[in-house]
Amino acid sequence: MGYPQTAGPPAIMLDKVNKWYGAMHVLRDVSLTVAEKERVVVCGPSGSGKSTMIRCINRLEAHQEGRIVVDGTELTDDLRTLDTIRRDVGMVFQSFNLFPHLTILENCTLAPIWVRKMPKAQAEDLAMSYLERVKIPEQAKKYPGQLSGGQQQRVAIARALCMQPKIMLFDEPTSALDPEMIKEVLDTMIELADTGMTMVCVTHEMGFARQVAHRVVFMDRGEIVESGPPNEMFENPGTDRLKLFLSQILRGH
Amino acid sequence: MGDIASEHTPLEAREQQKAAAVSLRSRVRANLFGSWWSTAVTLALGYIVLRGVFAAFEWGIVNAIWSVPYGPTGIANTAICQNAKGVGACWAVLADKYRLILFGRYPYAEQWRPAIVVLLFIGLYIVSGLRRFWRKELVLIWIGTLTAVGALMWGGFAGLPLVSEDYWGGLPITLILATFGLAFAFPLSVLVALGRRSADLPAVKVLCVVYVELIRGVPLISVLFMASVMFPLFMPAGLNIDKLLRAQAAIILFAAAYLAEVVRGGLQALPKGQAEAADALGLSYWQKTAFIILPQALRLVIPPLVNTFIGFFKDTSLVLIIGLFDLMTMGKVALSDPPWESFSTEVYLGLAAIYVAFCFAMSQYSRSLERDLNRSRGR
Repeated sequence: MGYPQTAGPPAIMLDKVNKWYGAMHVLRDVSLTVAEKERVVVCGPSGSGKSTMIRCINRLEAHQEGRIVVDGTELTDDLRTLDTIRRDVGMVFQSFNLFPHLTILENCTLAPIWVRKMPKAQAEDLAMSYLERVKIPEQAKKYPGQLSGGQQQRVAIARALCMQPKIMLFDEPTSALDPEMIKEVLDTMIELADTGMTMVCVTHEMGFARQVAHRVVFMDRGEIVESGPPNEMFENPGTDRLKLFLSQILRGH
Repeated sequence: MGDIASEHTPLEAREQQKAAAVSLRSRVRANLFGSWWSTAVTLALGYIVLRGVFAAFEWGIVNAIWSVPYGPTGIANTAICQNAKGVGACWAVLADKYRLILFGRYPYAEQWRPAIVVLLFIGLYIVSGLRRFWRKELVLIWIGTLTAVGALMWGGFAGLPLVSEDYWGGLPITLILATFGLAFAFPLSVLVALGRRSADLPAVKVLCVVYVELIRGVPLISVLFMASVMFPLFMPAGLNIDKLLRAQAAIILFAAAYLAEVVRGGLQALPKGQAEAADALGLSYWQKTAFIILPQALRLVIPPLVNTFIGFFKDTSLVLIIGLFDLMTMGKVALSDPPWESFSTEVYLGLAAIYVAFCFAMSQYSRSLERDLNRSRGR
């Protein structure tokens, strides 16, 4: 798998980012640069700050120290920069977070219509094309509650893609799924990876990491401990913490 | 169900019916006649209930007096009612006074106008309740109907004589106070609830908290007194805001504080992920609130919302103490007519029937609404 060759500015840059919840130091000097079209998998034990970090990238959480630059725009309290970034960064959540009172199609067209000001018919065409890509166009008129977990997560991916983002963030997208549904969601993500999307994915699916990630980042206790190509990382872990983590993960599988 | 089945498979159906009857009988036996003690209680309570029902039937229908003769000067001769007191109800009081109770001191010849207003309100409730009318045009229907209500009540155009609000009374006043009250209080309450949860605007948050806690800390009566007695003292001389309007404003402010807490409960019950997903998609605060948060939060609080609506519908009767002639007050006025003054039971039962009709309709509607909304979402 070739590393993406791009001369442009990085898609995401975190520079010495620090964050506290009260007295708890949840991100410690986190620095990470993600190039355009690069695919990064973030792993680590629970409470290691990996979800917090990914949520800082589209400012669902605010950081307190350091800089975060996404697609050339620095994240500040200014609402306008926030709008620009959220338009270009899609996110998929662990618990899907589909809107239960809207149909699948409405879930997918809401943001294109209101944020991108797209005409309704065009937004619906776009939504249907993405629903076909995640292989559930026939569910378009149903409500999220009528779908299985795997189907809901695929809809959530389609919903994020309908905004035609430059970057996709995945926050443990398969952790809330029954084992038999994990594969259908991972397959959808692999297909997305093949299109050259810039992706940052928090996951424990090591097989997925090996297959699509250019780089794996291992976090523990709020800091990035190690990072590198997946095979190298998994076969020759450089630190005891990663060794311990990998042994725990493998025992669980 | 049983009839259709019996045509096709009579034996099976009969078996089923028999089984149902047996199970009903055994259930009755188990629950009501399980022991000698339970049997005694069942018999005693059954006797009391039957006696009560029978007495009410006898008093309200069998021995009731429906009309009385009128003397030469038009004064009702209530002697037969007086004689029947305690034995039969005197519904003649309602027959004599219903127009006074329903429409108050509104000029007699013009009372078709408040009658139409009442029908307009009822029509408005029905239209608002039908889900097929739930679109943007409904706001226009509300504005149109409420304007028509004002125009009809005041008149002063197209040959309709002007009737000052001092002469309004009865059911239209109750419906005006309740409908205008909730129509303005509800949107206000949503804003207050949102303001109270706002993390970015601390000043707005404090304002909303103070407003809600202040209003909740005082009784409605004192707010009405403030509006009717104290408020004019603070106004510059010559400026006089009508008493009905002041009472209306007091009710709106009061209801909004209570509704705001109900709405806030719905906002808090919504999973945080919904707001996060809307944020992540780039929706603005107002888009997120209008499309994602409120539709779900308000659905969650339909039962307590209707509960508060019903409460306020009845609380409008408190305007009695500041001299507005709502339905309840008109009942009292009707009873001040000497021939009828001893028939308060009948008058209050009549008033109760009107209140029950409106409140029962509201609660039934909210139950069916809840059922529909839950069914259509596949939950």
